[in-house]
Amino acid sequence: MTIPALDISGLNKNFGALQVARDIDFRLEKGARHALIGPNGAGKTTLVNLITGALQPTSGAIRLDGVDITRMGQAERSQRGLARTFQINQLFSGLTVLENIGLAIAERTGISRSLFRPLGRRQDLIDEALQRLRDLRLQDVALKRINELAYGQQRLVEIAIALGQQPKVLVLDEPSAGVPTSESQLILDRINGLSDTISVLMIEHDMDMVFRFAERITVLVDGGILVQGTPREIAADERVRAVYLGEAHD
Amino acid sequence: MRDGLHSYLRQRHRVRLWELLPWLLAIGAFFVFPDYMAFGTQVLITVMFALSLDLILGYAGVITLGHAAYFGIGAYTAGMVSAHLHWTEPLSALAAAALCAGGIGAISGLILMRYHGLTLLMLTLATAIMLHELANVYEDVTGGFDGLLGIKFEPLLGLFPYDLWGHTHYWYALGVLLLMFVIARCIVYSPFGQSLVGIRENVQRMHAIGAPVYQRLVIIYAISAAMAGAAGGLFAQSNAFVTLEVLSFYRSGTILIMLILGGVGRLYGAFVGALIYMLLEDQLAKLSPEFWEFGVGLVLVLTVLFARDGLLGLVSRTGRVHS
Repeated sequence: MTIPALDISGLNKNFGALQVARDIDFRLEKGARHALIGPNGAGKTTLVNLITGALQPTSGAIRLDGVDITRMGQAERSQRGLARTFQINQLFSGLTVLENIGLAIAERTGISRSLFRPLGRRQDLIDEALQRLRDLRLQDVALKRINELAYGQQRLVEIAIALGQQPKVLVLDEPSAGVPTSESQLILDRINGLSDTISVLMIEHDMDMVFRFAERITVLVDGGILVQGTPREIAADERVRAVYLGEAHD
Repeated sequence: MRDGLHSYLRQRHRVRLWELLPWLLAIGAFFVFPDYMAFGTQVLITVMFALSLDLILGYAGVITLGHAAYFGIGAYTAGMVSAHLHWTEPLSALAAAALCAGGIGAISGLILMRYHGLTLLMLTLATAIMLHELANVYEDVTGGFDGLLGIKFEPLLGLFPYDLWGHTHYWYALGVLLLMFVIARCIVYSPFGQSLVGIRENVQRMHAIGAPVYQRLVIIYAISAAMAGAAGGLFAQSNAFVTLEVLSFYRSGTILIMLILGGVGRLYGAFVGALIYMLLEDQLAKLSPEFWEFGVGLVLVLTVLFARDGLLGLVSRTGRVHS
């Protein structure tokens, strides 16, 4: 059996008496297209924060490509190839699109430690940034500031920054949140066009998007995993209908 | 497309023609106003102090109400090495002032940079007040309220003695300012400087992309403190006198006002802000010795209302509209 890209075992997180993550066992296979769904307050974003290191678990272990990262901080996990996007845009809004991605590449390659030699003379960095922009068809707005972009494009920059980290595992926190349905298809196309060297875990509310993206789906309810399976299995599952789909179609 | 991006990025850090303007003005001022060089020296020193603040406030977004602490450490270092240790070579004394302020900046930065927002504001304020009190208590070393006397320096480079009109001091200060400016400009356009802007713009995302945010902030805080210390050292050398005022809250506050007046995060905002503020103060004080602060306040209110990005921001905005 191959080593999964991300392996979570027995993960718990308590805030005092409140248990926000309960005995989570979860594997993200290499190259996977995996969706994490669940009703509001199910603990999806908490799980993302535990995976990326923004929160420390009360107990349990997280392995990235076989390496235990449970005690590592956010920065170290990121250096090891774990990247995330945010449900609410977390961009460098006064800077250009190119600079946004450049920052991520500069951190990954370590050149951002350098106090001399201007950024503009780092040819390889600019070439790589441009390549990432092409991947997401953002090259035409490279020199625009974030606050000049349409919201849908900002959502793509959100992903582009994460790609600048050259991740092994990419966690997308509701990539189409706030985007009109017509544009969410475009975002999904770009996500589906990503290299399969990247294992993708997507948290999403839009069921349409989930079923067109995922090969596997995990359903989270009250901080614990209710069921995991293929989209077909999940769609047919009575418990899922009861707690989630039923509620969503109210 | 690729060429367009490269040329855009190359031009970003290239020295533009107008950047020569402040330096030409500074040189020109020497010949036009030879009797005002003592004032001119104080302006240059204040520009350097404001520039040091711009590095942390304008680029890294670190807000402080206690930056005079490092100016004061620099001033007392340069003053005390001369008055107590009879170390009278000015350049090495200035280097000692910068190093001392930078070292203390690094140590205090290790604590201060763990905080942000109002907590940081209060802690920087408290740090400066504590230093002020310390200098007051150890008055046998610092001269306390009466000031530190007996500061003497050899001629600069062994060649240029200090004159009554402050001509030597003016060129000395201008040279040091140029050096500090070149360093600041390098940092700002370096990848490191760009990462500071990233921290200012969105610290949460910087954490997420793996940036050691705290470490970066401590480094720039120490560099900024060293630069403030150099300004303080020049201040002590040019006045041959240091009082507790160099550590005062008033000085921390006014330098912040000057930088905001000129424009934050633009390097040259420090030049414009310090010059305009000090000219206003000088001229208004002559005009009305009692109410000059009212005039300064009025200008500041107008700036904040109508030129949020400072005077330089106003200039660049009108420039963009016309082009």
